[in-house]
Amino acid sequence: MSVQTTEYTVSDIRSPAAFLASRVFIYGALVFWSFVCLFPIYWTITTSFKSAVDVTQGHLIPFVDFQPDWKGWRSLGLSPDSIVQTSTVRDEFLKRFMNSVITSVGASSLAIIIGSLAAYGLTRYRYKFAWFKNEDISFFFLSQLILPPVVLALPFLVLYREVALLDTRIGLVLLYTLMVLPIVIWIMRDQFNSIPVELEEAALVDGLSIWGAFFRIVMPIALPGMVAAFILAMVLCWNEYFFAALLTSTDAKTIPVMVASQTGSQGINWWSMAALATAAITPLAIIGIALERYLIMGMTAGSVK
Amino acid sequence: MAEQTSTANAWPANSAAIDLIPPARKRLGWALMIAATLVLLATIVMQILYKTEVDTIGFYTWRPVVYAYVLWGVALGAWQVLTRGEDGQRALFLLPALLFTVAMVIFPTLFGFYIALTDWNLSSFAGRRFNGLDNFWQMLADPYYRNALFNMVLYVLAVLVEYVIAFGLALLLNAQIRARKFFRVVFLLPLMLSPVAVSWMVGKSLMEYRFGPASTLARHLGWDNPAFFSDPIIARISIMVLDAWTFIPFMMIMLLAGLQAMSREVIEAARVDGATTWQTFWQVTFPLMLPVSVTAVILRIIFKLKLADIIITVTSGGPGGATDSVSSFIYREYRDRSNVGYGTMLAMVYLIIIVVFVTWLLKLASRFVRNVN
Repeated sequence: MSVQTTEYTVSDIRSPAAFLASRVFIYGALVFWSFVCLFPIYWTITTSFKSAVDVTQGHLIPFVDFQPDWKGWRSLGLSPDSIVQTSTVRDEFLKRFMNSVITSVGASSLAIIIGSLAAYGLTRYRYKFAWFKNEDISFFFLSQLILPPVVLALPFLVLYREVALLDTRIGLVLLYTLMVLPIVIWIMRDQFNSIPVELEEAALVDGLSIWGAFFRIVMPIALPGMVAAFILAMVLCWNEYFFAALLTSTDAKTIPVMVASQTGSQGINWWSMAALATAAITPLAIIGIALERYLIMGMTAGSVK
Repeated sequence: MAEQTSTANAWPANSAAIDLIPPARKRLGWALMIAATLVLLATIVMQILYKTEVDTIGFYTWRPVVYAYVLWGVALGAWQVLTRGEDGQRALFLLPALLFTVAMVIFPTLFGFYIALTDWNLSSFAGRRFNGLDNFWQMLADPYYRNALFNMVLYVLAVLVEYVIAFGLALLLNAQIRARKFFRVVFLLPLMLSPVAVSWMVGKSLMEYRFGPASTLARHLGWDNPAFFSDPIIARISIMVLDAWTFIPFMMIMLLAGLQAMSREVIEAARVDGATTWQTFWQVTFPLMLPVSVTAVILRIIFKLKLADIIITVTSGGPGGATDSVSSFIYREYRDRSNVGYGTMLAMVYLIIIVVFVTWLLKLASRFVRNVN
C-alpha cells in the first residue's frame, strides 16, 4: 500500500483524470489509516457503556444499536450516580492514578533537571575525567538507551529490598529517571547546540557568572525544548509497565499494573475493563492532542539536520 | 572520579579572569571532601560488619548508605567549587547526572553479574549460594530461552515491514492534503496509549475469539476460525501487529520530519528532467532520506529489543512459549519460580548479545550511508 502512494505525491500530475485518481487514493488511504488508529479507541470507549448482551452481539453504534448505560463507570465508582457514594474501587483507582502522576511527573522533572545541566555542560565546556573526554561521556549517557529494562530489573529487585525502596514511589521515580535520562540528554544537547554561544559570551562580559548566564539567558531560550523533552519523558514513564510490575506490590502500584492485573483475573467483565482502559489512556490522549507540536519536536530532535 | 583534572580551556574563551582562590578556601574544600569520603566509607564498613554479624551496631537496611552516597556527591560538588573556582562550577553541570547514572547503572550491572553466578531463590530461606557457571550451562540447554532469542530475531525483522508502512504514511502526510494537522494527530495517537491498555483494547477485546469485531471481520472475510493467539505462527504475527500499531507513529514522525526538511528544488529538478514519479522516488527521495531512515530504524530496533509488556499481558508467552520475547520469558521465569540467579544470567547474556548486535548495526549503518551518498 505504502509504496504506490508516492506515485502521486507531487502535485503537478499530468491529466485531470490522473489527478482525480491520485486525490481519491490519497484521501482513501488517509481515511483508512485514521480508521485503523481510531477504531480501537472508539470500541473501548463505547464498550464501557455497554451491557453484556451488547458486547456479545457486537453492537457498535450507541443509541442506534444499543442503549448506553453507565455500567462500566459505575463499577469504577465514577459514574454520575455513584460518584457521590463511597466506593472502594474508586479509591483504589484514584490511588493508582496518583501513583502514576507522581512517579511520571517526578521522574520527568528530575530527568529534565540533571539531564539539561549535563547536556549544557557537554555542549559548552570540555571535560576530562581521567581518560574520558566529552565524546566518551556523551556516548556513555546515550548508550544507556540500549540497556533493556530486564537487565536492571532483577538486580534492582534485590538491591531495593536491601535499601527498603521496594514498592515505594521514590524507587520507581529513580528508575524512571534513569530510563528517560538518555532521551532528555539527546534532545537537550540538540537544543543547546542550536543556541549561539555569543549570547552567553555577552552575558559573561556583562558580569554574570556561568550559572547566572545559564539560568537567565540560556534557559528561557531552551524552554520549548525542555517542554518537549518533559512531555516525551512523561509519556514513556506513564506507560511503563515492566519495572512497575516487578518492583511494586501494594503501595506504589501504577495504573498500567492495575490494568494488567484486571485483565487476567476478572474473566469477561468487559464494561469495567473498558472503563478502566479508557481512564488509563485519557490523560495521555489529551496531552497528545493538545501538545502534539512539542511531542513531534522532541521525537525529531537531532535526527534531521 | 577524584582524579578529575583539567576542566579547563573553557569554550567560551573569555574566562581569562584568574580565580585567586585563597588557601583557606582550598583547605576547607579538601577537609569537606575527606570528611565526606570518610563518612561514606565508615557507613559501608559498619554496615558490612553488621550484616556479617561481626558487629552489633548498624542499621536494619542499607538505606543509610544511600544517604551517605548522596551526601558524598554534594561534598564532591562543593569540593570542586571550593578548590577549583570557575572550573569547578563548570564541572557542577555534569556531576549530578554522572553520579546518578554511575550509581544506578554501573553498580547494579556489576552486582547483576555477581547474582548471575549464584543459585538464589528469593522465596526460599536458603539464601544465595555461589554456583559458578551452572546457570550458564543450564541456559545453553534451555529450549525456551533459545526460542525466545529466535523470536527476537523475528520481532526485529518485523521492523522492516513497519518501516515500509511508516514511510508510506509519512509520504501521505507530506502530500498536499487538507486537514494535515488533524491526520497527523490521529496517526500519532496510538503512540500515546499505554501498551498495557492497548493489549486489552486490541489484543483481548477486539481480537476476542467469539465476538471481537476483528474476529467478526475475519469471519466475514472467509477465515472460519479466527483464533489470533492459539496457533504459534499466527500468535507471533498478532503480537507483531499489536506492537506495530503502537510504534509505527514513532518512525512515521521521524520520516515525516526528514521529508519536510528535504528541499523541494531537488525533486522539481528531477521532474523537469523528465523523471516519472516512480523514478523520482527511488532515485532522489529515497537516497536523500536514507540517513533519517537509518536513524529511525535503528532507534526502533533498540525499542523493539525491550519488547515485553504486550506479550506479558496478552499471551503471557503462550501458546507454549511460542510468542515469548527474552524480556517476557525472564519476567515469567522470575514470577513463577522466583529464581533470581538464573533469570539474571539470562538477562546478562541477552545484554551482551544486544551490545554486540547494536554495535555491529551502527557500524554497518554508518558504512551503508557513506557508500550510498
